[in-house]
Amino acid sequence: MSPALLSGLLGAALVGLGLYGLIVHPHPLRKLLAFNLIGSGVFLVFGIVARRGAAAGFAFDAAPQAMVITGIVVAFAASALAVALILRLAAAGGKVTLDPKAWAKPDDGGAK
Amino acid sequence: MSVLPVLDLVLIVLVIGLAAWTIVARDIFAAVLAYVAYGLLLAFVWIRLHAPDVALTEAAVGGGVTGVLLITAGKRLGALKASEAGAPPGLVLKLVAGALALLVAGAVAFAVVSLPTSAPTLAPEIAAAAPGPGAGLGNPITAVLMAYRSFDTMLEKVVLILAVLGVWSVGADQAWGAAPAPLRKPPPDGAMVFLAQILAPAGALIGIHIFWVGADAPGGAFQGGALLAAMWMIAMMARLTEPPRVASRRLRHALISGPAVFLVIGLAGAFIADAFFAFPPALAKPLILLIETFMVLSIALALPLLVAGPPNGSDEP
Repeated sequence: MSPALLSGLLGAALVGLGLYGLIVHPHPLRKLLAFNLIGSGVFLVFGIVARRGAAAGFAFDAAPQAMVITGIVVAFAASALAVALILRLAAAGGKVTLDPKAWAKPDDGGAK
Repeated sequence: MSVLPVLDLVLIVLVIGLAAWTIVARDIFAAVLAYVAYGLLLAFVWIRLHAPDVALTEAAVGGGVTGVLLITAGKRLGALKASEAGAPPGLVLKLVAGALALLVAGAVAFAVVSLPTSAPTLAPEIAAAAPGPGAGLGNPITAVLMAYRSFDTMLEKVVLILAVLGVWSVGADQAWGAAPAPLRKPPPDGAMVFLAQILAPAGALIGIHIFWVGADAPGGAFQGGALLAAMWMIAMMARLTEPPRVASRRLRHALISGPAVFLVIGLAGAFIADAFFAFPPALAKPLILLIETFMVLSIALALPLLVAGPPNGSDEP
């Protein structure tokens, strides 16, 4: 198998792993990690599109690669915003969860 | 027989193993460490895809800076002593999520395998555009980022600024205008200070070099800016310097200088060249280098500010 095909399949596996983690983990920071895995999987799939677009003397199509570079930076910016929101949620409410049931009982936080 | 296919397989098994570890690890810190290692190894996968520019970005931003962000977040979350109230997932949810994940991964894999054999490509158009708007740039990625799709790149800088604004605006009201919390509790140990004193000047030089060679070789404003950002963060972790006050005018002007200069020169393109965001071929390279210089400044400031978080006003990290 060529490296491009292998990397594409790796991208598919990363999307699957990330999706599983995103659903299963209750902790928002773990969800964020899993979401980043999905993101890098999608970038890899786009990367093999770039590799397969080799033409005109280039070993790759530069347009998708350039978009992946901007994508990685934007993904980081979104992660930083998510981290800030998570930390604010924890500081304001004393709980790190996205579960609406945990927020419905305000007296629960002090019991622990 | 070549050894490369074997190395490819080993690399991919390692990357999948680390990705799985970020999902199954019990401890957040262990998961974050696995993610950093994963980002670095993923950079090798990008090199195998003939994408050294993406590999540099992935190693610097995807692995490095994101890793610092998550480690800092984990420590700050631990310091808040917030209780984790979420219920652990039941077996049924795990099975359903696993089946859904398998289905989606299978669909993506099928799409990858059945991509058309004559792949659509923009490479000939980019090659054709090279003598005009991207004149003087030997690196096709930089030509795409700065000339062929320059409007995208300018908007992407704006996204970074918006993210900084978003992070600042979740701070508490009374802390507004103050500096973000330090990245580390005092006092840093001697080894950390020594590392920062040795590494930061050398790393800053390498960052400027990577930006400069980006015109003709792998590298560019993103990668160089991310390296400079990392060096500033190392200095902040060693407490050699502190995060700046967010009310500082100089900081804000420097932060927006990248997209601002880009936008002004792009608008001028409507008059001095033939279109909005076009450059006159004779001036293309100096103009692009001027824009990139300010972009490096913006990126090198925005990434550490995103990691440092909202204004805090206290000495506790």
